[in-house]
Order: sequence, then structure tokens, then C-alpha cells
Amino acid sequence: MSQIEANATSAAAEPAQDGKLPGGRRRMALNMGPQHPSTHGVLRIMLELDGEIVTSAEPDIGFLHTGIEKQAETLNWQQVVTLTDRMDYLSNLANNLAYVLPVEKLLGVEVPPKAQWLRVMLTELSRINSHAVWLGTHAMDLGAMTVYFYCFREREDILRICEMFSGQRMMTSYIRIGGVALEPPRGWEKTVREFLNGLSAKIDEYENLLNSNPIFLQRARGVGRLSLERLLDLGVTGPMIRAAGLNWDIRKSEPYSSYDKFDFDIPVYSEGDVFARFRVRLEEMRQSARIVEQALNGMPEGPWKADAPQVVLPDREKMKTQMEALIYHFKIVTEGFRVPAGEAYVPVESPRGEIGFYVVSDGTSKPYRVFMRTPSYGNLQCLPALFEGKLIADSVAALGSMDFVLGDIDR
Amino acid sequence: MLPDNLKEMTVPAALELWDAGALTGGGRDFGETLLWVRRDRIADVCRHLKEKFQFVRLSGLTCIDRHPAEPRFEVLYLLHSIERNERLKLKVALTGAQPEVDSVTPVWAGANWYEREAFDLFGVRFLGHPDLKRIMMPADWEGHPLRKDFPIHGHKYSYQNG
Repeated sequence: MSQIEANATSAAAEPAQDGKLPGGRRRMALNMGPQHPSTHGVLRIMLELDGEIVTSAEPDIGFLHTGIEKQAETLNWQQVVTLTDRMDYLSNLANNLAYVLPVEKLLGVEVPPKAQWLRVMLTELSRINSHAVWLGTHAMDLGAMTVYFYCFREREDILRICEMFSGQRMMTSYIRIGGVALEPPRGWEKTVREFLNGLSAKIDEYENLLNSNPIFLQRARGVGRLSLERLLDLGVTGPMIRAAGLNWDIRKSEPYSSYDKFDFDIPVYSEGDVFARFRVRLEEMRQSARIVEQALNGMPEGPWKADAPQVVLPDREKMKTQMEALIYHFKIVTEGFRVPAGEAYVPVESPRGEIGFYVVSDGTSKPYRVFMRTPSYGNLQCLPALFEGKLIADSVAALGSMDFVLGDIDR
Repeated sequence: MLPDNLKEMTVPAALELWDAGALTGGGRDFGETLLWVRRDRIADVCRHLKEKFQFVRLSGLTCIDRHPAEPRFEVLYLLHSIERNERLKLKVALTGAQPEVDSVTPVWAGANWYEREAFDLFGVRFLGHPDLKRIMMPADWEGHPLRKDFPIHGHKYSYQNG
């Protein structure tokens, strides 16, 4: 234990009197954020320091609160999908999926295999995208600039695929209640395959860039360590839990959207530090690429939206020839469809952890209540435990390793 | 009293055996188990579930406002046991006049922010919470936005105080 850490331990043991610590030292209050390059969003942390050691850290959130849960109560069921894009803007397809699944559960709609495969493929692509953005920004926080540009190159490819499918790069809203929004575009297989072909070599390259970077290793190894029990108690989910040694992934334990038909591994590391989180996410990118490849090769034929005329908009052709189709179209567009009264929750493994929407319906065409259990909100609660008693220089590394999105926290 | 389809399930049956007075009802819809817990027993039930049935995770905690019906508020607890691979929903009914319930932060430290959120947005008070203050809205905000009688439009707020 260094002298600094020894001092901090003694300072924590003896409460300060009149703000003074033994040896005539003083605690310093430091405000980090709301605008700070390493918080990657508007997060404010109120720090109390004894020299270089953080003695207390209190996050202050809510700067991005836009009342999405309240807004959801005023829109009809299908329109809420667009709100979910705007929460966790790095993995919007996982949000879409997590909202759509419980609503389909209430409606009793059976989604055809092709739509499920498309959902799996696109959410895994968005997982690669999200992890790439995390990797680039995290490496940049720790002083490795090159990885950032490489990762954003991959992100650009994935955003192009998103645009190809949905017409939008980020706010895709591609996954809809009853299937997906549009028919897959012509030539999508070729684009996705081209992206996949180069990907594994690129992930190896990132790994080499950082694994052989002594600065990165020194700042990541043994930093930001928390025990598994503490993480679970604080409600942390996702890669942080798997980096602390627990093999728990909702895609395996509670499979949704046909994940049980795909073959992939869950990376688990036991160290529970920043470096283990880096290893887990890197390996998850490889596994996601495996899933995308399987989805690509085994894409089923058939319809891409459910056969549920009350819920899904009819084909244009049918509207011109069938009276019922025209009526349904009019009803769905003007007042939306009604969802039978009930409550449902389906957990989904987003890139950050467990995301789930607790939807409550009272039988009308608008949700009565949508509770958004977002992974970043649960994960950020471990921030004081990660910071306190550690060096302030390590706090940036620990903060980055949590991989949160402020839009997901504040909603 | 529990409905018959819940009596066959391990956790609800064992809970009823442990303390029949703590549960006031339940149901099973869409493969999800819901138990209604008496207001003054929620912390005990949660601790029992965590210690005896490995519900080590509180996945989420929120509130549903049934305004103008009474009891007005339903506090919802989403429990998860990784070991049993099982999820359980608990609900507590609170009246509009006295929206108070014991905090479960002593059972799961992670309940802290969820209870603060429910307090901020619904005005439900959690007794024994270590730091019950607003989390999303500004500290001097008046009212609780997710209540059904809180208007969606037309709010004026001056952000002078930061």
C-alpha cells in the first residue's frame, strides 16, 4: 500500500472534525461535470478529495430528463417505438426490441421467423456498434487515440447498414410491434457479408493495439475492482457482471426472439477490473459477429411481419382491392390498435445489461404506464463504490469501463 | 389467499406457508407471477425471498398510479433470482392520502435510486430510505410528474436556480 493510500485509509477511519483531517490536511470538494470529456454526456459528480484520493463521490443525474415515460402515455402503442430510440441512442434496436416484446405478449401476436431472425441480426449489429463506440472512447480516455478512429470506421459501416434497412442511421425504429418496419432492402446480404468478412481481423487489431500498450495496461489492470456480491447488490447487469465472474446472459438464460436457435458463447472473466470489462466486450463483439453470420446464412423465407390485421398495417396492394384492409389501415393510422388489458415485462440483454419495459395496458390504444428498466441507470449506482478510496486518476478509467449512456439513465 | 394455480408453485406456496398473513393475493398472467404483499410486511417478505430463495437481484422498482381509483398507488418490485432463473413481481397497494411504504434499501442497496425515482415522479415516500430526495427533476420542482393528475403540457419552470 502506498503512502497516499495509507493516508486515505486513515482519513476514512477518522471522521473529519471541522473539515480538518489529521496532519492539518483538508478535504477538497471538486465538481466534475456536467460537461466533462470523460463522462460522455451530461453527468455531474460531486467529489470530495483528500489529496489525490476520492473520499466520497455522489453522482447527480437528471440533466437529460425529458419525461419519456410520461410522453409514452400520450402516444399510441406503435408510436412509443420512436421514443425508445432516443433513450439509449447507441443500441436503439435493443430498446425497440425490449419494448415490442411485452406488447406482443399482451397482444398474443406471433412474429414470423424471418422477422425474428432480422431482429436478432440487427440487434447484434447494434451491439457491435455500441461496443465499438465504447472501445474507441474508452481507449481515448486512457490515452490511446488510434483505436478511436478505427472503431468509428466500423461504426460508420454499421450505420450504413441501418440506413439501408430503415432509412435512418441512428433513430432507426426498425423493429415494430408485429415484425419489422420494412421489407429488407435488395442486396442487404452482400453488404452485411462484406462487413462481416473484414470484422474479425479488425477486432484482432484492436486487441493487439491495446493489449500491447503498456499505458493502457497499467491504467486498466487492477483498477475499478468490485466484488460480484457488491455488484449484484447494487443492481449492476451486463458485461460488468460477466467481467466479475458470473456467467449470466439473458440471451441464454431467458431466450427471446429465437436466441435459443443460435450458437454463441458467453465470455466470462473473473478479475472484475477495467481490463476484464475490456476483454468481455471485445469477446462479445466476436460472438455477436458469429450470431450475425448464422442469421445471415440461415435467414428463413417468408413474411417479415405478423399475420395480425388489427395490429400490422396491410400491404398497399391489398388496400386497393380489399375493403377490410382499407378499414384496418384507417383504424390503425387514426386511433391506433387496442391492446388487451394486462401487464407484462420481458428482459432483454442490451449491450449494457438488462433492459426491460414493464408495460401496463388498460385496454385502450395508448399505454397506461411504461416503466423503463434501463441498464445504465442500474449500473451507475455502483459509481460511489467504484470511486471511493481510489485515486482520482483511476476514476476516469473506472467511469469509462461502466459504459453508460446518459440518455438511457435520465430518459 | 392465493389462487390455485399459484399454490402449485414453489415460491408462492412456501411464502404462504411461512406467513400466510403477509400475502393478500396474486395471479399468474403471460407466464409472470405476481404476488400482492401487505404494506407493512414488504421489507420482511423481500428479505425472506432474498435469503431463502436466492432472489439476490432487485431488477427494478416502480409505481403505477390508478388515479382516481383507490387504493391509488401500486408499488411494483421486480425480483430476479439468477440461481433459480426465476422472476417474481411483488406489488403493494398504497392509498392516495398516505403513500408511504417501508424502504427495501436494507435488503438490496440497489433499491436506493429506484425508490428515489418513485418518490420524485410519484410522490411515494419510502420510510427508512437513507437519502430520499429528487433524482430526475430539479430540487425545487413542485409536484410529481408521473402522477395521472399532473398535466403533460403547459408547465412553466424557470431554470434560474441551476
